[in-house]
Amino acid sequence: MLEIKNLSYTTSEGKTILKNINLSVDEKFVAITGPNGSGKSTMAKIIAGIITPTEGRIILDGIDITDMSITERANNGVSFAFQQPVRFKGITVRDIISIAAGRDVSFDEACEYLSEVGLCAREYITREINDSLSGGELKRIEIATAFARSTKLTIFDEPEAGIDLWSFQSLIKVFERMYEQTNGSILIISHQERILSFAEKIILLSAGEIAAVGSKEDILPKLLAANEACNCRKAVN
Amino acid sequence: MSDLKISTEQQDMLSKISVMADNLTGAFSLRVDGSSYAKGSSENVKIIAKADLPGIDIRIKAGTKGEKIHIPVILTQTGIKDLVYNDFYIGDDCDVTIVAGCGIHNCGSEESSHDGIHSFHIGKNSRVIYLEKHYGEGGNGKNVMNPTTIVEIDEGGYMEMDTVQIQGVDNTIRTTKGKLADKATLKITERIMTDGEQYAETHFDVDLNGVDSGAHVISRSVARDKSRQLFISNVNGNNKCMGHTECDAIIMNEASVSAVPKISANSTDASLIHEAAIGKIAGDQLIKLMTLGLTEKEAEERIINGFIK
Repeated sequence: MLEIKNLSYTTSEGKTILKNINLSVDEKFVAITGPNGSGKSTMAKIIAGIITPTEGRIILDGIDITDMSITERANNGVSFAFQQPVRFKGITVRDIISIAAGRDVSFDEACEYLSEVGLCAREYITREINDSLSGGELKRIEIATAFARSTKLTIFDEPEAGIDLWSFQSLIKVFERMYEQTNGSILIISHQERILSFAEKIILLSAGEIAAVGSKEDILPKLLAANEACNCRKAVN
Repeated sequence: MSDLKISTEQQDMLSKISVMADNLTGAFSLRVDGSSYAKGSSENVKIIAKADLPGIDIRIKAGTKGEKIHIPVILTQTGIKDLVYNDFYIGDDCDVTIVAGCGIHNCGSEESSHDGIHSFHIGKNSRVIYLEKHYGEGGNGKNVMNPTTIVEIDEGGYMEMDTVQIQGVDNTIRTTKGKLADKATLKITERIMTDGEQYAETHFDVDLNGVDSGAHVISRSVARDKSRQLFISNVNGNNKCMGHTECDAIIMNEASVSAVPKISANSTDASLIHEAAIGKIAGDQLIKLMTLGLTEKEAEERIINGFIK
């Protein structure tokens, strides 16, 4: 179980990004949603150890991980799939899956992880994670990497970002399967109704604060109602 | 198996430049401490000592396919100044691999140097893979290597040159010159890592003279500590041709890297591109690997090893 207690984050320029966040993730599949700039990605990065919070504690399965480095958290069961995957010259798909799994993976194992995200291992395993891969391909590899780690907690930062509609359909299936198979918790930041719809719990962030927490039945209708078009032209007229 | 007598120390140096004793059969040449140690020829590949200069002529018969020729050089004594001229005459329609390289074990305090001047005359429609590895180790004496490679490729010929220098060479000036005829292609990949107070300088000069000739020059380097690197490339497009150079460097600690790319088009149908990037390891690359459980140090090594692998 992940517990976040009184978590706040203010940038060095004095801008408050997160204000006194308290939440727990015990379910298999929890989604965080909210408008752009509401602090979702910052929260994910704080949990992964990439950003240090100004205040508050983060507890994973009873262990306080707040003061742990990125590496220590990774080795204590935190995985983080980036919104914008990183490119590496000279590191292959097989290399990154091996690093993620913590051992050299065989072709068959790599094939297992890659086929989960709809990629053919034969075609991809020796490819470098460089500019020759499209954004969508990188994103799938990023998700396969998270699969390979299979940790207690896996955080996905907008897995749908940069994925075309066609790939999105298969991405949904990936998460459905992951939901069925995972033994840990998945925390997913998303704007997509299809992804939110199979979350057991949805956390709505707004301006750095938790605006609502509840089941999809509670939260989804509120989200759709709040999603009004811009009114500024009306106001001028 | 070769019946060549090779000491453990010599074998050790050879393996550093990817040459095994078993490779020294058929057509080969092994040069040790400034003179020819052993050489052999095969039916299609003749290796002959030069009469007037130190070095060898390598004559490869037209139509030779699948042969691999090893011509390593090792220096195991301190204070040796070795200068060698190797000329390759490769007939038409060949497909061969040449493995060169130099390993210096300088146990003393004097400077050891190896200057290899290699000229390639590549016949029509021939394909040549040329691999060259440079390695140095030892005491206080400096290890110096100044390889010069001059390549002339005839119509439809292809050469792939892969050079690696990742350890122990204190000072190097590497010069490569190419002249390409119609439909000839030259592909060069260079990987360099310098550390300590080492200095590495690279010059590429390519003349794309023929119609549909093409050159691809890729340099990947890592400069650590207080080492310095200079990369100069000069590609001349004198006809309808394609030229591409790419210089990518990772800089660390107090090192410095300069890239001086020059592309000159002397024909409206010449298409030339240069890309150069120098920078430290990207922070997000380190962070990504740390989120996969590597320490910062391990992540750094992994990124560098991949980059120049």
